[in-house]
Amino acid sequence: MAKKKYGRRNHQPTVLAGQIQKWWWLFLLPVVAAFAIGFGWPFFQGIWLSLCKFKTTSDATFIGFSNYGRALSDPSFVHSFWYSALFAVTSLVFINIPAFAVAYALTQDIKGSNLYRTVFFMPNLIGGIVLGYIWSMIFDGILSHYNTSILLNSTYGFWGLIILICWQQIGYMMIIYIAGLQAVPGDMIEAAEIDGANKWQTLFKIIIPNVMPSITICMFLSITNGFKLFDQNLALTGGQPFTMSPDGTTIKETEMLALNIYNTFYNSNAASRGTAQAKAVIFFILVAALGLIQLKFTRDKEVQQ
Amino acid sequence: MSFKKVFASLLAAAMLVGCGSGSGSSTTDGAAAGGDTGASGEGRVYFLNFKPELDETLQELAKTYTEEKGVEVQVVTAASGTYSQTLTAEMDKSAKPTLFVIGNQAGVAEWGDYAIDLKGTAIEQELSTDAYNLYDENGKLVSIGYCYECYGIIVNPDLLEKAGHSLDEIKNFETLKAVVEDIHARADELGFDAFSSSDMDGSSSWRFTGHLANLEYFYEEKAAGKQWTECPAEISGEFMGNYKNLYDLIINNSLTDPKDLATGGHDAENEFKTGQAAFFVNGSWEYAAVSESVPNARMIPYYCGVEGEEKAGLNCGTENCWAVNSKVSEADQKATIDFMVWLVSDPVASAKMVEQLGVLPYKNAPESANGFLADAAKYTDEGCYVMDWATNYQPNVDEYRAGLVSALNQYNADQSDANWANVETAFVQGWATQYAAVNN
Repeated sequence: MAKKKYGRRNHQPTVLAGQIQKWWWLFLLPVVAAFAIGFGWPFFQGIWLSLCKFKTTSDATFIGFSNYGRALSDPSFVHSFWYSALFAVTSLVFINIPAFAVAYALTQDIKGSNLYRTVFFMPNLIGGIVLGYIWSMIFDGILSHYNTSILLNSTYGFWGLIILICWQQIGYMMIIYIAGLQAVPGDMIEAAEIDGANKWQTLFKIIIPNVMPSITICMFLSITNGFKLFDQNLALTGGQPFTMSPDGTTIKETEMLALNIYNTFYNSNAASRGTAQAKAVIFFILVAALGLIQLKFTRDKEVQQ
Repeated sequence: MSFKKVFASLLAAAMLVGCGSGSGSSTTDGAAAGGDTGASGEGRVYFLNFKPELDETLQELAKTYTEEKGVEVQVVTAASGTYSQTLTAEMDKSAKPTLFVIGNQAGVAEWGDYAIDLKGTAIEQELSTDAYNLYDENGKLVSIGYCYECYGIIVNPDLLEKAGHSLDEIKNFETLKAVVEDIHARADELGFDAFSSSDMDGSSSWRFTGHLANLEYFYEEKAAGKQWTECPAEISGEFMGNYKNLYDLIINNSLTDPKDLATGGHDAENEFKTGQAAFFVNGSWEYAAVSESVPNARMIPYYCGVEGEEKAGLNCGTENCWAVNSKVSEADQKATIDFMVWLVSDPVASAKMVEQLGVLPYKNAPESANGFLADAAKYTDEGCYVMDWATNYQPNVDEYRAGLVSALNQYNADQSDANWANVETAFVQGWATQYAAVNN
């Protein structure tokens, strides 16, 4: 009986395998097409447009690298880069530590932990623009008692955005950590207990090394999310407050990279679209490079089970 | 076996179809729905409208036009504040807008290449005035006014009377200030306040960074004795004190504490309509909404303490100018112009347009019934000067106004001289900076 069953199981895949060998391209086609249309094409067109002067993307004239010069010499772009970097690093810490702590707590056989997981995850389902406006009302509801507003002080703007992003992202990262924590082999923990390890020792010597892959993923996600943040930034402060220099130029103190690119794109200058496009290419290279460095760094710390 | 083969092929086909229809719907998402009806050779009309209050009427008229003439008309209204974004995206599609809005000189510089010269077209012959048309530096008629508007301070005369005042008292800034401050001081006793809220969020800040700012630009023009015909590289800020006079009066005698204006959330129109406030800074496009509750609402000029302002009229002009796309087929252009002519001359259609827009500057369109435009005409008849829309020349307008909003927010929270100095910097130096940013 068992033998027969095994035989059938073995037989079926070979038949299908033959078909798959013949038709694999058909199955691959939708994904490849979607990737090429949705990612490949716009990506390469974006690089091309960064070398052009254009008003609409179908009507572009090649002008070489001058857009890159303009982008790099724009003080607001440099400011928004450092601001985004500060934000990404801060949010990395403030998202991941609580997310891990919550995940750890919710894998400890607490009554109703499934309910808590759902509740913590839910903020992630609300769109960024809506969140931005909701939180601006919450913050201003409090700050107006002190005769100020989130739009008036860049420190409030920065921490407001950190609070918002933590509220939104902790639940998401928590789910990844929970998956990681559940995969830690029980016998390893048991062995540690028998060897007399206390809770902290178990956490730092057994659990954390074992969930390193989850930590890698979560850190990668939060740092790239931090750099790419757009809608929350737009809706919460929109870059306000501005520093006004005596000659009338402004630095938008809470403007992050993506918002800076967006604002540049809709500037009225004839070259602004190309400049924004060049900024976007630089932005891509930065985020990709940072992501890869960080991946390499944390991958080295992962243990093989 | 063969069943499996068929089944697998079916599944694959289903995936492909799903994929195809998915991307298909995303391209039609914005607008292109009626896009390729040009196949009939009749031409198509696609109007990218920027006045949300006109949308319903236009949709209805588009349907009527299609029924009567058999020409496909599609109207898409870009959500408020995103017109330039939507226009950029739509201009890239194969079914481009055939009719769009170029409302000011900055728009002419930006989109002029995409507009045909309207000189000598059937729609130009319908015009009753050339006053609202926009030309580029080569004299090409880029866009053509389809309505004009006025703005100023909307007043509820009944509330003034209740407070023991009358509209006739208000002749200049001094008298306006006296009435406003008296009402604000007695707000609790009267049950209403002077000004409705002047929020600084995107849905309301343009009333102060765009419209109210016009008084400064206009008096600069007037002092120089010459209207601007192109964006000046810099402004002097000579009349900033007058802007401050009126601005301070508005924020400090209002329902809302100036410290609470930054993120907005107040409904100024509703405050005025429900009789909570006697004054409301806005324009003639509010007439339809306001006159429902305050049928005798009136509009007075921006009195700001300038000498001779007893002779001031309302701010009249327009940003509502039609441009016909030069990058669509001639059949489409012709169909579009035919549609425009129909909108301003057909008895039923033009009546509906006037009802919404207040006025159509075209020979065969019905008379306006807009009370605020009537006020504007009355001031002109009495020999008052019209304050033209110099605001339309604001360079790099979104950035310029954003800088002003940020500075005004600081000032609203703390009305110190240092903060006002920042407002002046944003207003005056900001102009030069943005001018340079656009023209370098």
